[in-house]
Amino acid sequence: MFEEVATTEQGDLVINVGPQHPSTHGVLHLIITLRGETIMKIEPHLGYIHRSIEKMCEGLTYRQFVYVTSKMDYLSSHINNHGCVLCVEKGLQLEVTPRAQVIRVLMDELTRIASHCLWWGALGMDVGALTPFFHAFREREMINVIMEETCGTRLTMNYMVPGGVMADLHSNFQKRVKQFIKDFKPKLIEYDDLLTNNSIFIERMKGVGILSKDDAVSYGCTGPTARGSGVSCDIRKWYPYEIYDKLNFEEVLETEGDSYSRYMVRVREFRQSLSILEQLIDNIPEGDFQTKTKAVLKLPKGEFYSKVETARGEFGVYIVAEGATNPYRIKFRSPGFSNLSALDHIARGQKIADMIAIMGSLDFVIPDIDR
Amino acid sequence: MTNEELKAKLTGINSALTFEEGGQWLNVNVEPKDWLPFAKELRENPELNFDYMFCLTCVDWKTHLGMVYHLNSKNLKHIIVVKSKLDRNNPEIETISHIWRTAEFHEREVYDLFGVTFLHHPDLRRLLLTDEWVGWPLRKDYEDPVNMIKL
Repeated sequence: MFEEVATTEQGDLVINVGPQHPSTHGVLHLIITLRGETIMKIEPHLGYIHRSIEKMCEGLTYRQFVYVTSKMDYLSSHINNHGCVLCVEKGLQLEVTPRAQVIRVLMDELTRIASHCLWWGALGMDVGALTPFFHAFREREMINVIMEETCGTRLTMNYMVPGGVMADLHSNFQKRVKQFIKDFKPKLIEYDDLLTNNSIFIERMKGVGILSKDDAVSYGCTGPTARGSGVSCDIRKWYPYEIYDKLNFEEVLETEGDSYSRYMVRVREFRQSLSILEQLIDNIPEGDFQTKTKAVLKLPKGEFYSKVETARGEFGVYIVAEGATNPYRIKFRSPGFSNLSALDHIARGQKIADMIAIMGSLDFVIPDIDR
Repeated sequence: MTNEELKAKLTGINSALTFEEGGQWLNVNVEPKDWLPFAKELRENPELNFDYMFCLTCVDWKTHLGMVYHLNSKNLKHIIVVKSKLDRNNPEIETISHIWRTAEFHEREVYDLFGVTFLHHPDLRRLLLTDEWVGWPLRKDYEDPVNMIKL
């Protein structure tokens, strides 16, 4: 795998970025062929954190396997869990109480904001601006505190259960979320001043790493990556789950397909998620947070597929059930995996220095890719 | 298009297809040898226009391997699931990575974990595991006394 020859027959230079490199946000290994400063080819090497989660899940029950998925896209762990419980509920034809539905959506949107905060800070760092990182982490911390109170943990929440959520909301929840909405709104203007309207940042991002609409669909790109190219693909709009069809929010679309468009999609999604939080926080229905379910869940023979919109795109759960207490086969369709496959196509012909900005704009979480 | 219309349309393309209904989406069974021309038609026929492959995977049924392709048409908004049975001892099927580019990585993953050979794939190598790895871990009869933890 690590050949000593560092040039090709045409005299191109072959370099390794990663597996340990700050810009890859995890253990991703890219073998880049360079002609001068221009990228000729990028070959991703995956699997440094491959844990064979799909095989592991075959030995776990329908209650247990949900929580392994927190360790895939750890920034969207709530939403990963959500996709899994939706699939189990589909198999069991289980109704979820209105209160649980609202709690789930609230948690999903908080997760989305927290994930986008981390991305925003890290992207600034990738292009050489360290300040945004501290700003974004300050706001993310507020969400972590909210999560910690209700779910008990700060990163891998494991809060969803088939039939509802594991525990009721903490008594501080509403107060804290309202405070967060109030505090975060002016921060978004600050964010725009720091990066969005920063001319150095715009120079680095605009017109760099263009992904066309057709290519985005063909490569299976989803989430903000595809929406930056004008592909309408928000699962919350297309295949609404829980109460998303009753909420008033718009699917953010940009048309240029460059790094800046992808950046803009996520920044505008901050406001959409905030709007969803505002619509729901005073309207959490009373009632049970969990439907009564049997202690041992058995899915009937058949195949079930559910999809949810994580912070990175479409997360699919495909369960093949044989009537037992554990799945016969599970496939997780992770958004990062498909988005990564487009990297070579996007970065070809670009300068090596822009590669870091392009990777930042694609927002990879490596455990999500490796599974 | 409704499932009935889809069935009529697809039978017109290939009369050997069989269908399964009752699940979430219409399931279509296709012979491995018919898959490539069928896939081309699915992608290029303007009435079908399946431009987005959102999932590609394989299931080990112990007697055979079953390829599963989930296809979606972005503008016509219909979904089908295409399945193909492969011989477990010599699993081979044509690649469709030039039709849906996302398949290139997904097929490498299936090769890596199930040992399915995708004919004419541009770069068929192991993806997640190391090049020296022996065996196909997601097959049901795979045993690894060191790395596998049974619960």
